[in-house]
Amino acid sequence: MSFMTLLKVSNLKVVYYTRKGIVKAVNDLNFEIKSSEVFGLAGESGCGKSTVALSILRILPPNARVLDGSIFFQGRNLLDVPEDEMRHIRWNKISLVFQGAMNAFNPVQTVGNQIIEAIMLHKKDIDKREAWHIAENLFTKVKLDPSFLRRYPHEFSGGMKQRAMIAMALACNPNLIIADEPTTGLDVIVQAEILRLLKDLKNEYDLSILIISHDIPMLATLCDRLAIMYAGELVEYADVRTLCTKPLHPYTRGLLRTLPTLDGDWQFTGEILKGEPPSLIDPPPGCTFHPRCPISKELCKRKKPLLTEIEPEHYVACHSVIE
Amino acid sequence: MEDTIVEVRNLKVWFPMKTGLFSKFYVHAVDGVSFAIQEGEIFSVVGESGSGKTTLGKAILGLVKPIKGQIYYRKQDIWSIPRNRVKILRRNMQMIFQDPFGSLNPKMNVFDTIVEPLRVHKLVSSQAEAQERVYQMLEQVGLSPPKDYAEKYPHELSGGQRQRVAIAAALILNPEFIVADEPTSMLDVSIGSQILNLMMDLKDKYNITYLFITHDLSLARMISNRIAVMYCGKIMEIGPASEVILNAQSPYTIALTAAVPRINSENRELPILLKSGLPNMASPPPGCRLHPRCPLARDVCRQKEPELIEVRKGHYVACHAVTEGWSFEPLYTQIKHRHRKSR
Repeated sequence: MSFMTLLKVSNLKVVYYTRKGIVKAVNDLNFEIKSSEVFGLAGESGCGKSTVALSILRILPPNARVLDGSIFFQGRNLLDVPEDEMRHIRWNKISLVFQGAMNAFNPVQTVGNQIIEAIMLHKKDIDKREAWHIAENLFTKVKLDPSFLRRYPHEFSGGMKQRAMIAMALACNPNLIIADEPTTGLDVIVQAEILRLLKDLKNEYDLSILIISHDIPMLATLCDRLAIMYAGELVEYADVRTLCTKPLHPYTRGLLRTLPTLDGDWQFTGEILKGEPPSLIDPPPGCTFHPRCPISKELCKRKKPLLTEIEPEHYVACHSVIE
Repeated sequence: MEDTIVEVRNLKVWFPMKTGLFSKFYVHAVDGVSFAIQEGEIFSVVGESGSGKTTLGKAILGLVKPIKGQIYYRKQDIWSIPRNRVKILRRNMQMIFQDPFGSLNPKMNVFDTIVEPLRVHKLVSSQAEAQERVYQMLEQVGLSPPKDYAEKYPHELSGGQRQRVAIAAALILNPEFIVADEPTSMLDVSIGSQILNLMMDLKDKYNITYLFITHDLSLARMISNRIAVMYCGKIMEIGPASEVILNAQSPYTIALTAAVPRINSENRELPILLKSGLPNMASPPPGCRLHPRCPLARDVCRQKEPELIEVRKGHYVACHAVTEGWSFEPLYTQIKHRHRKSR
């Protein structure tokens, strides 16, 4: 495995202008994805994790603005690339597997037609027959019967739709796939199949994957490194084993302890994380986690902790840990 | 011996589906289920989507009419209770739904939502009394101070707060039995654990019995006393929670538990022991429902439906392979092949 950086996000700051105020969805975010790596971004709903995906692909809704920062991909800042070049990067270099694959397909067109449309849009020199041939190969790769290309989305089960979405994301041989909640709403056995498929495809195509989810156990089985996001900021990131066995940030620790586990002989212990995530319109000063933090001090209310390397490759943003 | 609060006997709930002008078939959502829930117990029903677990919960509350079988609430058949006593029954059995965004009326504020059941059952005589009861309840579910929340509408509340309101509305009548259908699956982890914590507190305080419906095996294991594993309208395995999860006997339960991601597992490969895909519920497979997916299936599985047989105290399994003592080797060979390949 090479350790080249494929994507580097620095000081990313994204806001949404809404009627209620300015939502600071992503605040000073820094992380990098190495090539052939599966990088997980975990966080609760509304913490800004999907905004990160949309910023990378530059498909933010009109009321959003990137205020600051850079996103370097293969040596170029995606935020400065002209729009028609960006269109080439999408699907050809970076593709997206949407949240809720159930509804991502157009119900009145066959799945095959939708896939070849995407292929033909992004590969200009290909005719319809060739595109159909590519689509058939892709379906075989994601272990779907190619005859299903002629079927409509409602004839697919949830897991099959997700496979078809993955086939579509692979259509133009991208370097990076961004998967936003790829298994949410699927049953455990189907989820295990999709995770295995992603893992196999990653090895076969030497892909990098950015996978975004609220489901930490799911991420733990797939990712190489995992980052925890809270209220628009990264609070901790490390390789998966370190993060799951030796979490340092109080938020990560609380989250992991709250998760029910299948094995082990412990009983229900009750709530560990009190309160709710803050409003991103008016986030608390200092450390955004301090109102819920069991070990917060005076300093936490005033000064924002910086993401600091505590041990090699293990970054934490917490005053108590840093000291 | 504890008292049985709810008993279900050979329950069948089929939904008619029209496919054409004259053709009609039935979806066998619940197809011959029997069990009893003891007072003070948390009984979980787990299963994949489409296994019939929500229909089962609704049938127990009398919200859908079964085609066959009986539901007894405190030894009374709920479908043959005299009309004038149905209301009392309803007061004792309540439901908490999965979706806190859809289960509350968007045009009713918190106060009206919670007071509605009291008015329907004519349990309050004055506005002052109603307010006292509602405010007390809001306090109980952690929405305090109550007057900050009473006038709010659902859209002004977060998901966790809405679920608290739903719980308050369910509890205001002092029920002794609650069906909770995935009450935390749409909430974030930290909020979900707060809601569970609240439900457990209230259980102790008011001596409530829960039927908990979930797809999350870890959650079922953590909170419940007993678990029933449902597949295609049938119970495949039932028993004490940790028995069913840690000492699973049916190939279905074994496959389900194997596919659950674990945080601390050294082996990150999730074994897939059964193929995915539910059979057509309009014409469920004959014999054992699982046989088209099960690598252990033999002729008898295709012909004869397995009965729930006790394998240990209180632990019942419906599987020919278990009762006949067949080798479970074929279930695991798939993983071995995979390991060989990856090497």
